[in-house]
Amino acid sequence: MRLLSFVFALISILTTVGIVVVLATGAGRFFQSVSPREFFFSTDWSPAYDPPHFGIVPLVCGTLLVAVGSSIVALPLGILTGVYLSEYAPPRLRGLLKPALELLAGIPSVVYGYVALFLVTPTLKAIIHSIDTYNALSAAIVVGVMVLPLVASLCEDAIASVPNSLREAAYGLGSTKREVTLKVVISASFILALSRAIGETMAVSLAAGLTPNVTLNPLQTVQTMTAAIVNLASGDLSSGGPSYEAIFAVAATLFVITFLMNVVANRLVRRFRTVYS
Amino acid sequence: MMTSSFSAKRRRKDRQFAGLCLAAVMTCLTILVVLLIKLALDGYRHLTWHFITSPLTVRASTTGILTPLLGSLAVMAVTAAVAIPVGVGAAVWLEEFNTRRTRLSSFIQLNISNLAGVPSIVYGILGLAIFVRWMALGLSILSGGLTMSILILPMVIIVSQEALRSVPSSYREGSLALGATRWQTISRQVLPAATPGILTGVILSISRALGETAPLIVVGAAGYVTFLPTKVWDRYGVLPLQIFNWSRNPNPAMTANAASAILFLMILLLALNSVAIWLRARARQRRA
Repeated sequence: MRLLSFVFALISILTTVGIVVVLATGAGRFFQSVSPREFFFSTDWSPAYDPPHFGIVPLVCGTLLVAVGSSIVALPLGILTGVYLSEYAPPRLRGLLKPALELLAGIPSVVYGYVALFLVTPTLKAIIHSIDTYNALSAAIVVGVMVLPLVASLCEDAIASVPNSLREAAYGLGSTKREVTLKVVISASFILALSRAIGETMAVSLAAGLTPNVTLNPLQTVQTMTAAIVNLASGDLSSGGPSYEAIFAVAATLFVITFLMNVVANRLVRRFRTVYS
Repeated sequence: MMTSSFSAKRRRKDRQFAGLCLAAVMTCLTILVVLLIKLALDGYRHLTWHFITSPLTVRASTTGILTPLLGSLAVMAVTAAVAIPVGVGAAVWLEEFNTRRTRLSSFIQLNISNLAGVPSIVYGILGLAIFVRWMALGLSILSGGLTMSILILPMVIIVSQEALRSVPSSYREGSLALGATRWQTISRQVLPAATPGILTGVILSISRALGETAPLIVVGAAGYVTFLPTKVWDRYGVLPLQIFNWSRNPNPAMTANAASAILFLMILLLALNSVAIWLRARARQRRA
């Protein structure tokens, strides 16, 4: 049984190895037909055209637009909510708030996509007439709401880990370590929120649209990396060819970006855990 | 005089900050309430017994969600059958067998927390390459379920570890002192005591997987499967994918179906979560 459970624990390592190998070999095959230079620097993403073009710049641009926009929504709301939960909330309100946030976090991504299309976008359209039906702003707003609970709970954890003696001393003297913690918390939650938003798929596929666009205007249609993968995968994949392999190249880029961000964020989270121990 | 006005100013600032925090909290609650009301209003009209129990058709007025619903349940059955034993087993090794924290175990631990942050669509691509193509399982319920089990595995491991950690060490010491082997201690004392906690976590993980769509699109869940699934080799549709397709449809009758399917999915998830929360509360009460 000991051996069997050890093998099960190893499966998690195998998963990581599997992801890296699959993405690397797939991307390697892709780069045999498309040069890395075109992939990383061309601003033309049109895999369905003849000849197809595979430039990831518009996808990265769309992804960043949605991700940064969503952290502008999620960070202030999430951090203030986290502070309120840990410092001010009376126990009964806390008992109501925690499940409410869990509920918000538990709503499936595709449902947020529906809400973006049929609630957020029409509302935005009533205010800003020139906005596209599919737009980055609407996607950013719903993704922001999706990541908000994560930010709030991260923030609450961090503040709760401040020892009470220190808290009392700080009330007398003004705060030093708390400020440090808060700074670390804000940067950690910013990175985590960004990485979550970058990996978000269904809501952005519905809300932001499927037209790749190099723009920083949130009122326009954009396509994110994840939406591009969904779009390619909805087609016929049995044939192989560059557009099948492009999935792996885009996913590899996505994986590397989110992985690096998660590593940095985990480091930061561990830092505020160890500051007081 | 000066100090008192200074401290009054600071106290006012503190109150303002508290007010700001409260405003943020109220905004969150408002968002949640508006969201739920919107989903309920859009969805309730078409959510009939007929809608739940009829198979999928192309006509908006007669279609039901039985086909994708059974597809979802079949995929979840495969997912649970794989993820629960593997996840709990891995947690048992990390918490119970591996008593001296080795470098390997802390590496595995770090790896698990990193896996939990990998975008779900990447798991779909892993499933496409490994299960669909390399193992040649095809675009089947089996490859969908296996892919989802890999996706929720980190979460199942983490929650199982927490449940195992919450079992008092006196249980283990007592059992070992009476001459039980380590495995007897785990299987007869520790695991039964940890079961409610594990179950809570597993239900939450499964309900996460139930709403997940992106990886299943990549491993070939199909939009219009009209026959009911009977074998693990069958092609399949899933409820969230159906919602996705209906939402994209320009026909308002179809988007109305999306709303009703969403309402049904939300009720299902809420029921699952309530069971999980009830289990957790009961386990806590018993221990106290």
